[in-house]
Amino acid sequence: MADNDNIVVATAERIFADLADPQTVTHSKDASWRAPLWQALSEAGLPLSWVPENCNGSGASLADGFGVINAAGRAGLSVPLAETMLAGWLLAQAGIASPSDAMTVAPSLPKDRITLNDDGTLSGVARGIPFASEARHIAVVANGANGLAIALVATADCRITAGLSLASDASDTITFDKVRPAAIKPAPRAFDATALLLMGGVARSLQIAGALESMLEISVGYANERVAFEKKIAKFQAVQHNLAKLAGEAAAALAAASSAADAIANASRFGDAIFLEAVSAKIRCAEAAEKGAAIAHQVHGAIGFTSEHILHRYTMRALAWRDDFGNESHWAVELGKRVAARGADELWPLVASR
Amino acid sequence: MTAALRFDPIRLPPECEALRKDVRAFLAEEVAAGTFDPHRPQREGNDARGFSRRVGARGWLGMTWPKQYGGHERSFLERYVVTEEMRVANAPTRHFFVADRQSGPVLLKYAPEHIKMDILPRICRGEVCFAIGMSEPNSGSDLFAAKTKATKTDGGWLINGSKIWTSSAHVADYMIAIFRTSPSTKENRRHGLTQFLVDMKTPGIAVNPIRQITGQAEFNEVVFTDAFVPDDHVLGEIDGAWKQATSELAYERSGPERFLETYYVLTELVRAVGPNPDTRAAEGIGRLVAQLHTMRRMSVSVAGMLQAGKEPVVEASIVKDIGTVWEQQLPHRVRDLAAFVDTDPSNHATLADQLAFATKVAPKLTIQGGTTEVLRGIIARGLGLR
Repeated sequence: MADNDNIVVATAERIFADLADPQTVTHSKDASWRAPLWQALSEAGLPLSWVPENCNGSGASLADGFGVINAAGRAGLSVPLAETMLAGWLLAQAGIASPSDAMTVAPSLPKDRITLNDDGTLSGVARGIPFASEARHIAVVANGANGLAIALVATADCRITAGLSLASDASDTITFDKVRPAAIKPAPRAFDATALLLMGGVARSLQIAGALESMLEISVGYANERVAFEKKIAKFQAVQHNLAKLAGEAAAALAAASSAADAIANASRFGDAIFLEAVSAKIRCAEAAEKGAAIAHQVHGAIGFTSEHILHRYTMRALAWRDDFGNESHWAVELGKRVAARGADELWPLVASR
Repeated sequence: MTAALRFDPIRLPPECEALRKDVRAFLAEEVAAGTFDPHRPQREGNDARGFSRRVGARGWLGMTWPKQYGGHERSFLERYVVTEEMRVANAPTRHFFVADRQSGPVLLKYAPEHIKMDILPRICRGEVCFAIGMSEPNSGSDLFAAKTKATKTDGGWLINGSKIWTSSAHVADYMIAIFRTSPSTKENRRHGLTQFLVDMKTPGIAVNPIRQITGQAEFNEVVFTDAFVPDDHVLGEIDGAWKQATSELAYERSGPERFLETYYVLTELVRAVGPNPDTRAAEGIGRLVAQLHTMRRMSVSVAGMLQAGKEPVVEASIVKDIGTVWEQQLPHRVRDLAAFVDTDPSNHATLADQLAFATKVAPKLTIQGGTTEVLRGIIARGLGLR
């Protein structure tokens, strides 16, 4: 999805290259690169891409926003850009205006439930929330007696237990203990409890696909430089075939994630077809992350196992992203159940409908 | 810098859906008439010729070719729909498949006008079957080691030598083959091979069927003894076949037949587990469906890029690599997932039969039309590694 002709994506890529260069970030001893990066992203209107202009956002199309998230994956970006975009999108579903700083969304794990109490407060625990400790607000899907609600909550009003993802990005537990939201509205009729998970899952799929594209590029580059047994390791057939397999995994991830993003961008509701597209992307991208990261590390040898090399920014993030918004095992079971319930002769028509 | 892989999310255009309905209705009629049994892919059927003519009569052969040669000037995406519906139904396409996919396009590009006018309309009517003569006893993946010789004689060429593993040669009307017209050179070991159109009725051609591990005998040894091929049957440049091979391969490599060859065992698994599968079976089915959907989206994307006049050679090779490995593993994964299914014969007998057949077919899937190793070499070259 290398949409360099897309001005929104090109803007994002330029900011990533200027202010989140992986070498600089990897070698930075502190977080001083974060503030200028976030400021540039905000000035370009990227965190609130999916918020309408009358709600304080930049009103970009879903397709453009997905392109930005894919580019963020290619950059191995470790700030809550995708999360803030998802939060802005979620709040906009209920017509709630977005605040201007970094946000995240909850819940992320399919089993976690946040309850809307009769007194208008929220209760529950949401685990594995990306960047909760770095966000000022959380956009929340809550289950009330009268259906789903979408709420904006200040992180300062919640208890946050810090955790880390495989890539050492914040992945925290949020406890809502009768928290009063800053804003809350009923979710629209077409919005069901899986919509946030599917949307988040597609975002993660695009990020994984982007990370795999970068793993492929730096692995091919390394194989063309590194000499062993008196020749470039790119000349060994075993290495060539491993890299061809990595290209296949990157290709599968890119195709699945792009297809799902396109499906959501052109759909009016989250029906069976979107379910197939979105969960297939998450399942296949997670599988590709495992196979692709293993090959990228194998090609790099010991240097890729060091913290000073940039490879882990992509490999560990791609592996970590598998766990957000429902992992591949969860979605495979859900998809398998739906396929079985539809019956054997309805499987091909479903696949062929996409 | 590696060239970026492209898999644009191309969708089949709306006109394809009406076509899909027509194809499904046609196939249902053929099943009802007993031409083939969609649940028994191992049954060869004996009306592949008649089926081929009826498919031709529907306008589904030579779909993308110019009307002057009997074609229908429709899009590659429409052809894609016909191909995938026939494959999923296990329809007996063997009489026309090679001619429609590969041989026709080669003739369109390289044959003289009078031969195009003669043969292409007959392919479109489903009347002729083609074989492809590439492999020889001592040259398989290494195409350019071919030794079967074409020696210049008055008005044509005399062919001597043999081809092997040639699918459908025992029933084919024509073969498109490469023969050695000159030795290779030091500078270019691919030099010296020429592509020919061969009428299989030519005296001096003997076809010996070879039985396969599936029990079928679809491929053959073809022995040429002073078989005469006229000058106007040379396709393209003499000694320059190597220049002609690449662009058509994208069509051959990325179609739905590259991941749907054993699809029937997945359908039958879903039938056998019933509407309420246990967690293990549900997860396994879910993963397989996600993988299938992904490959189909990759394959449609390549078809769309081809339709738009691009040459996605690396992307097409990736589709075949991933697709054939998947369809090869599929019967084994399905066997795993069916291990705890209640063995009520009513839901299990068909699956067991199908698995037995698919497991025997599986080894060839990563060999025919370019081995996995050859494909990965092509992908590696595209990545800038060779």
